[in-house]
Amino acid sequence: MDAQHKILVLDDDVDWLALCRDQFAELSSHPEILTANNAKRALALLETEKIRLLISDLRMPRIDGLQVLAIVRRRFPAVRTVVLSGLEDEEYRSRAYALGVDLFWLKAEMQRNSKLFGECVESLLGQSDQEGDTGFRGIQSKSLLDIIQMECLTRTSTVLRISRGPLVAKLWIQEGELLDAECEGASGEAAFHRLLAWKTGAFENLPAEPNRGRTIQKPVNALLLESAQTLDETAHPSTEPDSVEANLHRKTMWKLAQLTREGAEFVVAVPLSVGVPEALGAQNVDALAQWTLRATEIARSLGERLEAGPLLHVASQSLERQTVLLLRGERAFLVGWPAEADDNILDKSRKLVALWES
Amino acid sequence: MGILNKIFGTQASIQQLPAGTVTVDRQGGIVTSTVSSAFPAPLVQAIAKDVLELFREARGGQMPLSEVSLHFSSLRITARELRGGAIIFMCPQTASFRSLTTARS
Repeated sequence: MDAQHKILVLDDDVDWLALCRDQFAELSSHPEILTANNAKRALALLETEKIRLLISDLRMPRIDGLQVLAIVRRRFPAVRTVVLSGLEDEEYRSRAYALGVDLFWLKAEMQRNSKLFGECVESLLGQSDQEGDTGFRGIQSKSLLDIIQMECLTRTSTVLRISRGPLVAKLWIQEGELLDAECEGASGEAAFHRLLAWKTGAFENLPAEPNRGRTIQKPVNALLLESAQTLDETAHPSTEPDSVEANLHRKTMWKLAQLTREGAEFVVAVPLSVGVPEALGAQNVDALAQWTLRATEIARSLGERLEAGPLLHVASQSLERQTVLLLRGERAFLVGWPAEADDNILDKSRKLVALWES
Repeated sequence: MGILNKIFGTQASIQQLPAGTVTVDRQGGIVTSTVSSAFPAPLVQAIAKDVLELFREARGGQMPLSEVSLHFSSLRITARELRGGAIIFMCPQTASFRSLTTARS
């Protein structure tokens, strides 16, 4: 085993390579940093050097990052892989994880949170050390329940970061014990139950945070059992009128709480074919619903004529407020924000819509 | 050889995306334009018409807008209302363009 691990950074941007070289040189394990600005050179280095960790960009000329990762996974299965990309697209994240990469980070996020990224890299290098190249990777199509049970049974210490579109949840696990959870604005047991209702998503392991305060006292198995019961009741809801009404009321209150927490003024959900609009916080629902439908229709038709690709969203501004129009499934959502709301309203709107649908 | 060309013709082409700024009056007439003359004028006119329609519909719904921005996967159209008319900015969102405006890729 080499005393000094080797990290290979692959990116077509030479300035970025220089920046990475400086940054990774500061890691406490002092790894040797090799760089390559094209896939061919990277593969040649992998052939000749004993690389522990490959950190690759995704968008590169000729052979892109996903192709390189597929080759590396096949030809150098022992090499740990990290994607470091500027592409803020969940599809790329999913595709990268499907290829079995160990970690997916955004470049902007890495620059903002370089300490945590450094710890993740150290953790990956350390894992190789402790395990001596043993163990399997590339879990796919496992339910969240399976993953949590697996982490707890193996008495792992980690932070599980689970994402579903714009929604992000975290589970703090210390030596197989569940310490805390965060999901959809909730924390502790409530967050854990909400998280288990997610049907799809991607997960990644972040370094453990042993100092995290404990908010969950129940054993994991008891929580999993409770969640399974809740999910079962949700899948087969009671048909008694009182129960239906109570459920509707609870849902409305929950949506309203999310709306207030994010600072939005209203949400209007309009079916694109037939159906009644649903709204919270809006006064002139019919007018807003009509504009939502008309704007969707106009924008889609214009996009088709210009061959500009699918409509992502429509943002608008007036003296009183800002709005974001998003399409999700068979519905268009109009989210209203105060005129002075910050630049982040698109992400917040996506989150609200995802929560609304969940 | 060439049988497919005989059937389908040889005119397969990719339409370019509009880039530039256009100002339109309240009737939808183009006042000024920096969009390439290679881009079809009827399509510029269609953009202007649709943008004014969006502003008009919003006014009709008692929510007058000062700005509207349509985000497609490869094009962004931003329009500001100008006393019934509009100034429209068109920015293609191609890979090379994005790399100049967003985080490094």
